[in-house]
Amino acid sequence: MNLTLKIWRQKNAADKGKLVDYQISDVSPDMSFLEMLDVLNEQLINKGESPVAFDHDCREGICGMCSLYINGEAHGPDRGITTCQLHMRKFKDGDTIYIEPFRANAFPVIRDLVVDRSAFDRIQHAGGFISVNTSGNTIDANAIPINKHDADKAFEAATCIGCGACVATCKNSSAMLFVSAKVSQFALLPQGKVEATDRVLNMVKQMDEEGFGNCTNTGACEVECPKGISLENIARMNREYLKASLKG
Amino acid sequence: MALDSKIPKGPIADKWTNYKNHINLVNPANKRNIDIIVVGTGLAGGSAAATLAELGYNVKAFCFQDSPRRAHSIAAQGGINAAKNYQGDGDSTYRLFYDTVKGGDYRSREANVYRLAEVSANIIDQCVAQGVPFAREYGGLLDNRSFGGVLVSRTFYAAGQTGQQLLLGAYSAMNRQIGRGKIKMYNRHEMLDVVIVDGKARGIIARNLVTGEIERHSAHAVVLGTGGYGNVFFLSTNAMGSNVTAAWKAHKRGAYFANPCYTQIHPTCIPVSGDHQSKLTLMSESLRNDGRIWVPKKLEDAQAIRDGKLKPTDLKAEDRDYYLERRYPAFGNLVPRDVASRAAKERCDAGFGVNKTGEAVYLDFASAIERYGKEQARIKHLDENDAVLVKKLGEEVIKNKYGNLFQMYEKIVDQDPYKTPMMIYPAVHYTMGGLWVDYNLMTNVQGLYAIGEANFSDHGANRLGASALMQGLADGYFVLPYTIGDYLANDIRTGKIPTNTKEFDQAEKNVMDTINHFINNNGEHSVDYYHKKLGKIMWDKVGMARNKQGLTEAISEIKALRKEYWNNVRVPGTANEYNEELAKAIRVADFMELGELFAKDALHREESCGGHFREEYQTDEGETLRRPEFQYVAAWEYKGEPSDAVMHKEDLVYESIEVKERSYK
Repeated sequence: MNLTLKIWRQKNAADKGKLVDYQISDVSPDMSFLEMLDVLNEQLINKGESPVAFDHDCREGICGMCSLYINGEAHGPDRGITTCQLHMRKFKDGDTIYIEPFRANAFPVIRDLVVDRSAFDRIQHAGGFISVNTSGNTIDANAIPINKHDADKAFEAATCIGCGACVATCKNSSAMLFVSAKVSQFALLPQGKVEATDRVLNMVKQMDEEGFGNCTNTGACEVECPKGISLENIARMNREYLKASLKG
Repeated sequence: MALDSKIPKGPIADKWTNYKNHINLVNPANKRNIDIIVVGTGLAGGSAAATLAELGYNVKAFCFQDSPRRAHSIAAQGGINAAKNYQGDGDSTYRLFYDTVKGGDYRSREANVYRLAEVSANIIDQCVAQGVPFAREYGGLLDNRSFGGVLVSRTFYAAGQTGQQLLLGAYSAMNRQIGRGKIKMYNRHEMLDVVIVDGKARGIIARNLVTGEIERHSAHAVVLGTGGYGNVFFLSTNAMGSNVTAAWKAHKRGAYFANPCYTQIHPTCIPVSGDHQSKLTLMSESLRNDGRIWVPKKLEDAQAIRDGKLKPTDLKAEDRDYYLERRYPAFGNLVPRDVASRAAKERCDAGFGVNKTGEAVYLDFASAIERYGKEQARIKHLDENDAVLVKKLGEEVIKNKYGNLFQMYEKIVDQDPYKTPMMIYPAVHYTMGGLWVDYNLMTNVQGLYAIGEANFSDHGANRLGASALMQGLADGYFVLPYTIGDYLANDIRTGKIPTNTKEFDQAEKNVMDTINHFINNNGEHSVDYYHKKLGKIMWDKVGMARNKQGLTEAISEIKALRKEYWNNVRVPGTANEYNEELAKAIRVADFMELGELFAKDALHREESCGGHFREEYQTDEGETLRRPEFQYVAAWEYKGEPSDAVMHKEDLVYESIEVKERSYK
C-alpha cells in the first residue's frame, strides 16, 4: 500500500506545532500501525531528518503507553484495541491518514505525538490504593469470600490501562471514566470499603485540580476505551461521591 | 574476590526464619536519615520501593516509562504460583521448591528457591488485601489453574492479565507512599551509571529523557529491579524499551554477571510475519491447560497446508501428530517451556511446520471446546449430542478463560482461533541469568542489590511458568526489606551522601562522553539497523540450539559488529532534548557487549541444561544432557572487554533435594 500521512510535529511544549505531510510506500497489511511508523522513522533518519516521536512500549496492548489520535479517533478506527494492536489491513491503498497526539489541557504535548499524562498518576496518588502495609501479615486470602459477580466486576474495572483515550475522546476532556474505574474496583470489594469515603472525595478533588472537564454523559469514552471500561463505573462513582458528600 | 553466597546455616526449612531472627535492624528514627535508590518499577522494583518507603526509608524510584504502572511486568499474562494448597491436591512449600529446582534443571541456588517457595503464600494474602481482583469460584474463594512442569494447580490468576493486576497492586502501594512524600518518583528517567564510593554503591547518574539533562542522585544503597535482557535478540516478547543498561553498567563497575546464557525461549508465541516485525507477542502458557499442540503426521500434508491447499480443520485425528502427548505422556502439553520449545523446533526443522515460513505449529482448542460444551450441556440439561449447541457452549467457556488472548491473536493474525487452530512458535521471553547476588540479594558490590529478573538466583537454567511474578514480588515485598536493613544498620551515622565528589564527576563524564560520541558520530545507519543485525547473530547462533562452531563465530561477529556500530551508527538530533534514538543508541551499545559475554558463557558451558541446549551434549532421545562438572554458577567479572571477562564459580550444593535426571515422560 502507498499512503499519505499527515503527522503532528511539535518540537517541544513551547513550540506551536503543525501537521506535516509524508508519503510512505510498500506498507504491508500485516504491519502494525506503529511498525508502519518505525518504517517511516527509519526513512527519515536515513534522509537526515528528525524522526517522529511517539510513545510506545509493550506493543501488545497492555502497558497503556501508546496513544495517537488517528483520523479523529483515539487509537484509530478499530474497536477494543490500542494503537499498537491496530494493523494496516484496516486501511487501503491511497488513504490519507491524520495522526495527532491525544489532546487535552491536562495532557500537555512533550514532543510531536508524545504527551504528558502524569496528571493520571497524581489522581492515583490522591487515593488509588488501599492503605494496607506490605508486611505479608494480613489475613488469609480466602478468609473473606467475595461474590464472583462482584469480583468479576471489580476485575473489569481494574483492567483500565491508563492510556488516556477516554480523555482524548471526550469533548470536555473529562477523566471520569479513568477515575471511576479505580473508584469502582475498590468500591466493589470488601477490602476497599473501609476507605471508600475519603478515596472518592480525594480522587475527584485531584481530578478537578488537574483541569479535566466535566462529564456530560455522551458515552464517547466507553466507545473508544481499548479495554471496554463500562459507563456503569461513572454511575457507580457518582453514587459513591454523593454518599461520601452526604457523610462529609 | 571469592564468591560468598552467605547462605545461613541450619536445615533448609529454618534458614530464613533464623536469618530474620538474627539480622541487624534500623530503628524508625534512623530510617528517616537513610536514602535508597530503586531503579525500575516493575513487580520487583515497585514492590520494593513501596515497602522500603513504608518502613520509613527515603526512596527515590526511577523508571524510563512515563509512569511506573507501565513497567513490562504489566504484560505477564497467565498467573502467579503460590504454595497455598487451596485445591488440596498435595501442594506444599517443599513441593513448590522441588518443582522449581527441578524445573531449573538443578542450576539454581537451593536456599534462595526454598525461601521463595516459603514466602509465596504471603504474596497472595498481601495482594488480596491490596484489592487485586484475582479470579474466583462461585463460592467466592480463589480459583487456581495449572502451569507447565508441575502436577498440581497452584497458579492464581486474573484472566490473562495477572501481571497487570499484580503490578497495579504494587503501583497502588507506591502511590500511597508517593502521596505521603516517602517515594520521590522520577518518570521518564534512565539510569546510565552507578556511582561507587569507597567500594560501596552510593548513587546513580540518570538522564532525564524529556530534557536530556544529566542528573546525579545519591543514596546509601542502590537497588536494581531493571528486568531482563531478552531484547539482545532484537525480537522478543519484551517491551520495546526493555534493556540491559542498568545491569550492564553495574557489571562494568564491578558486579559479576551470572549465567548470561540462560535464556528462556517461550514455546507459545505468535510467529514472525515479516521483516518489519518490531516485537513478538506471547500467547500465555495457561493456554496449554486446554490447547493441544500438533503438526501433521505426513510431510505431504504439511506441505499442502503451507501451500494453502489444505486446512488444518480438514485433517483427521489419525493424521495429526500430538507430539508432546506422544513424547511426554506424563506431562503432555504441560511440559516445561524449554522442553516444549525444543520439541516444536525439532518438528519444524524436520519439515512439519505449518505456516509459510515453516516455523509454526498448531495450538488447537477444538477438543477443549467440545469437552466444555458437553459439560455445560449436561449442567444445563440440554442436548449434548447437538454439535452446534455444544460448540457454542464450549466457546463461551473458552472465552471466559482466555477471551483477551484470543482477541489479541485475532487482531494480529487476522484469523479466528475459535474456528481454526492458533499457529505458534517459540520466541525469546525471559532471561534466567543476571547479576550475581548472594542470599541477601546483594551483588558482590557492597550496597548494590539486584532483584527480580535482573538477578540470577532462583530459576536456574529454566524458569517455570507463573514463577517470575512470584519471584518479583517475593524479592520486593518480603526479602529485600529485611536483607537491606541488615546492611544499612551500619550506615546510620553516615549522613547524606554528597554528589559533588570525584566519583560522581567521573561517572558523569563517562556518560557524557558516550552521549557526545553518538550525537557527533554522523554515521550511515540507524540504531535499529545494527540492533537487528545483532539479533540475527544471537538467534541463529546463540538461540535455541547452540554449538561450538556457531558460538565461536558469534563471538567474533559480535565483536566486529560492535566496532562498526560505534564507528558508523547515526543518531539524529541533540543531547539536550527528547531524543528516542539517542536513548536507544545507548541501550544497544550495552547489548553489543552483553551479547558477546552471553556467547562466551554459552561456549564455556559444555553441557545442555534447561534453556541452554548445546547440540554436542544431548541424549539419544534428543533431551538435554547435563554434566555434573558444570554444577556451578558462572559469574563473570568485567575486565575491559567482554572477551576478557574472568569467570568465578559458585558451586551449587543440593542438600535437600536429590539431583536426578530431569524427566517429564
